[in-house]
Amino acid sequence: MSRLPEVFKRCKSEKRAALIGYLTAGDPDVNTSKDLLLTLAKQVDILEIGMPFSDPAADGPVIQAASERALASGTHISDVFKLAQTVREANPDIGIVLMGYANTPFVLGFDNFSKQAVSAGVDAVLLVDIPPEEGYLCDPIFKQYGLDRILLLSPTSTDERIKLANKHASGFIYYVSLNGITGANIGEMTSIRQKVDNIRTHTDLPVCVGFGVKTPQQASEVAEFSDGVVVGSHFVGQIPAHARESQNMTTAINHAAQAMKMAIQA
Amino acid sequence: MTTDFIYDLSIKHAPDAGGHFEANGTLFGGRFAAETLMQPLQEIEQAFTDAWADPEFHAERLDLLKNYVGRATPLYHAKHLTAEVGGAQIYLKREDLNHTGAHKVNNTIGQALLARRMGKKKVIAETGAGQHGVATATVAAMFNMQCDIYMGREDIRRQAPNVFRMKLLGANVVPVDSGTATLKDAVNEALRVWVANCEDTYYIFGTAAGPHPFPLMVRQFHTVIGQEARAQCLEQAGKLPDVAVACVGGGSNAIGLLHPLQDDDIRLVAVEAAGHGLESGEHAAALAKGKPGIIHGSLSYLLEDEEGQIQGTHSISAGLDYPGVGPELAAMMEAGRLELDSATDDDALQAFQVLTKAEGIIPALESSHALAAGMRIAANMQPNQIVLINLSGRGDKDLNTVMDKLGFQDDTQGVST
Ligand SMILES: Cc1ncc(COP(=O)(O)O)c(C=O)c1O
Repeated sequence: MSRLPEVFKRCKSEKRAALIGYLTAGDPDVNTSKDLLLTLAKQVDILEIGMPFSDPAADGPVIQAASERALASGTHISDVFKLAQTVREANPDIGIVLMGYANTPFVLGFDNFSKQAVSAGVDAVLLVDIPPEEGYLCDPIFKQYGLDRILLLSPTSTDERIKLANKHASGFIYYVSLNGITGANIGEMTSIRQKVDNIRTHTDLPVCVGFGVKTPQQASEVAEFSDGVVVGSHFVGQIPAHARESQNMTTAINHAAQAMKMAIQA
Repeated sequence: MTTDFIYDLSIKHAPDAGGHFEANGTLFGGRFAAETLMQPLQEIEQAFTDAWADPEFHAERLDLLKNYVGRATPLYHAKHLTAEVGGAQIYLKREDLNHTGAHKVNNTIGQALLARRMGKKKVIAETGAGQHGVATATVAAMFNMQCDIYMGREDIRRQAPNVFRMKLLGANVVPVDSGTATLKDAVNEALRVWVANCEDTYYIFGTAAGPHPFPLMVRQFHTVIGQEARAQCLEQAGKLPDVAVACVGGGSNAIGLLHPLQDDDIRLVAVEAAGHGLESGEHAAALAKGKPGIIHGSLSYLLEDEEGQIQGTHSISAGLDYPGVGPELAAMMEAGRLELDSATDDDALQAFQVLTKAEGIIPALESSHALAAGMRIAANMQPNQIVLINLSGRGDKDLNTVMDKLGFQDDTQGVST
């Protein structure tokens, strides 16, 4: 069963939003990635593990480059599951979400994919290019395996689409703060807040906010009105910035994550 | 044709409400898009549905197709080529005679009218060979819309004349360096830009692929090809063709020709780019060598590895150098209504030269793939039979590539005039 409900309950009891951190599996290579994921996992409530894909059309330059590094260094889907399992063994209580594009599980077969995900200790799956309308491919299988299906909402989502997402989503709703790709600049805070409030009138699921959260200040503002703050490109960006020394990479991600964690607890 | 061609405006063989073309239990097509694009895509679908039911939309579209583009394009009985091949009569549908030199403009006129109806002031597009980019830049110039064209750096190199044309037309050509720097990456980049600017920007998708409603809409705008060809063949030859042949990149010229012929007793042949050979691993034959997958918003055949990573493709023609294919063609193949064929780089180069010398028509390298296969098919048929080949574009844009391959030597040099 998915651990996500427990994670949000715990955060709620501590009267804070959840910190959700993203890194691409295998970035910059499988071995280093293991250290980085283990480091980030210690600081976050939910870890999103990106499945590298050749054509990441919803990602900005930072996460595109992460996918390219991971694939160039020979990361396979089997490595992604192994990395998830390693993280799970060291962190029995955090949430683990696999994030990526439809073609990865589609080609593997959703059943096979789900089986391996669950046995690696994954709680949920977020596929950016499978909207509720195409959920016929994965929804019944994820449900059967007890995997939560995270759905995105965005500034362009109408009330009708919010209701639709609520019907198909489980775990949490991921509100994309802007019309754009990962790593863009965050949208205007009052309009994000309004939209989150609006989404809450249609769902009982936790509502988390991501895309564009780069500073602790932004994280703390978002934490005030959301159930979780997702930080991706800001963490991923530490990898090329410290490319020469993997020790420094780990330290940098640790520091960046600690700063975010403090910001949302304040 | 001196009188106006009367087009059938009904929508035949429509996908389901979600844009799925069903075949053998697989739902090809659909709308595999990021949430941010779902509402904009719904708006385009609604605008298309409204426009298609609006006689004024068609009046303006068909007037432009006639007086600006030059439709109906001729159907040409290529007697010299027929004699050279020795077999069935070869008829060429002359999409190369469209304004801008390819079929692509049928679609860009339609979508630009739609963009204007929707109040969008800016259009973007991806391009491979540059033909769709040119066709988009052209209508953007005419409609006075701002226009950005995304093009892989590798394609910019291969198709320099078209890059210059787009710039002359006032478009901004944005080089794409990500991935393999070809058409698929240009689509990725255009999608990224569109997500961020969907409020004021319309994405003119260039082939019968992508998320619903693009495969349906692009097909509808291109069915003028098959509708005309069918009537012209009946008029000129007194009967329908036995075989209809088109090259396949994303599938727009193919579905445009073949869709209006699918309810007749006609063999429908899709010709893919075999590059260095279907067994070489360096080709762009998604239907022949791919398997179902999801990219660029729809489920269709795709060249991918066993983990779903999209594979690099190769074709001498940039317009066919794409790892995917439109979902409707995939469904037609799956249902057994579409025959597959392919032509290698060398086959295409050969056909390019044969047509040029036999008929004085220089075909696009894309279209040369259809010619190569079509000539092969015709050679094995009887003189009382007809092979209809879609000549989707003209070859001016490819002269540099062909010069390179054939080792052109300028023997006029030093000769005084
Ligand atoms: C002349 C010509 N034919 C064919 C194609 C392939 O596209 P499609 O398969 O959409 O017709 C192109 C694409 O650029 C083209 O320029």
